[in-house]
Amino acid sequence: MTASDTHRAIDAVWRIESARIIAGLARMVHDIGLAEELAQDAMVAALEQWPESGVPDNPGAWLMAVAKRRAVDRIRRQERLERKLEEIGHGLESEDPAPEFDAVLDAEPIEDDILRLVFTACHPILSAQSRAALTLRMLGGLSTEEIARAFLVPEPTVAQRIVRAKRTLSEAGVPFEVPEGDERAGRLASVLEVVYLIFNEGYAATAGTEWMRLDLCREALRLGRILAELAPQEGEVHGLVALMEIQASRSRARTGPSGEPVQLLDQNRALWDRLLIRRGFEALLRAEKLGAPPGPYVLQAAIAACHAQAPTAEETDWARIAALYEVLVRLTPSPVVELNRAVALGMAYGPERGLELVDALVAQPSLKSYHLLPSVRGDLLARLGRLEEARAEFERAASLTRNAPERAVLLSRAAACTPG
Amino acid sequence: MRFLMMTTDDSSSAGSPPDERTMAEMGRFIEEMSKAGVLLATGGLDPQPTRIESSGGKVTVTDGPYTEAKEVVVGFALIETRTKEEAIELSKRFWQIVGDGRGVIHQVFGPEDLAPGQ
Repeated sequence: MTASDTHRAIDAVWRIESARIIAGLARMVHDIGLAEELAQDAMVAALEQWPESGVPDNPGAWLMAVAKRRAVDRIRRQERLERKLEEIGHGLESEDPAPEFDAVLDAEPIEDDILRLVFTACHPILSAQSRAALTLRMLGGLSTEEIARAFLVPEPTVAQRIVRAKRTLSEAGVPFEVPEGDERAGRLASVLEVVYLIFNEGYAATAGTEWMRLDLCREALRLGRILAELAPQEGEVHGLVALMEIQASRSRARTGPSGEPVQLLDQNRALWDRLLIRRGFEALLRAEKLGAPPGPYVLQAAIAACHAQAPTAEETDWARIAALYEVLVRLTPSPVVELNRAVALGMAYGPERGLELVDALVAQPSLKSYHLLPSVRGDLLARLGRLEEARAEFERAASLTRNAPERAVLLSRAAACTPG
Repeated sequence: MRFLMMTTDDSSSAGSPPDERTMAEMGRFIEEMSKAGVLLATGGLDPQPTRIESSGGKVTVTDGPYTEAKEVVVGFALIETRTKEEAIELSKRFWQIVGDGRGVIHQVFGPEDLAPGQ
């Protein structure tokens, strides 16, 4: 094995083990920032030793042992310092904390620690961007550089974000625990928001190299799948996983040969990834089996499932989609969701029904520069044969989007409305 | 990247299902891979496959049992990892659990691997 082979193997081990190691250490030292530093120290030791000694049979246990030793050293140093500061005369021998640590670590399965790590890294006192960076770093095993590349920001920005986030958590004394009771739902929402943000950062790529962006989708999916196993009783976790699996199933069909976006209804359904669709349905079933009223992610996943289920665009069950949007808009009132409901109504019951709702939305200030509003309105008008108005709406939509391929599509739709 | 990990058998033990201990350990491994978010699909395969061969426009189908010993695939796991090394590392764990045996790891190509210019 060459040195670079070993380095790649170490990367792989880190990727598989780092979350478990950081999580286990965090339970010992009650500080996820410190836990991560200790885990990094162990990784450095591996980089020094494994090229010579070879990768050990149980690399995770090796890393954990080294990290634990560092933790013990650090605590001893800390204790010595405190003793000096207080009184040295007592002559108290501090007990070896190592066996205590083992007892702590053996007491509960490591999975519980990973869940604690997720909740702590996604604590709402941090900004969504910081939460995302910290989560990718601590649970995804991504380097600062990889996170920076994925989010298209300079590396020092990410590094600083992570350092500040760790400090904030430490200063606020955020406990390393999974919140219970009333707090739990809100904290879980904060976790799911981060995972979906990571997914969308990749999925709604407006710039950047494709492969890196798709990588973010995969990271988010992986995080979601992990969460689904760690917190199987949470319907919304399965809902989010279902939503991401089904959306990701379309990634091949979403762009045409020259990189132009292809709308859902125009996509070649043969390109959809059946495996991911099936996984999405399974996740949705798991959520439904829990029997709780569906939350926003479950509803969005159910809508995505309607599309995934239709063999052709024409066979889409629009009435069901409109009904699901109605429930969703009651749960999370939003003009964007209303707009989607208008589209579904227009498809299910004719363009007049859709237009009625869209016209009510035109006055919404939050939609003023949202290009999909005139785009949807243009589409409904075109179907009603009001071509002149439709053309104006498509042109307006084109002037509002910042995405060049999308603008081209809108302008060609505008041109198609010109009688000639 | 997706990888298909397969365990193979030389069909000498064909027909005898894996013992209880191995099944339990496999279950544990599958659970661990699910919890790591990498496992997409997995399954065990009938070690007595139906063989199908096409030659000169003629398709021949043969059912077992076969007299000659030939290596057959008896189990598979489809996983999604970031690198090939990660897939290999996971496979090592699998064999640490299962003990002696052999298998193969194939990368499953997606459209991104067949992009023009490659």
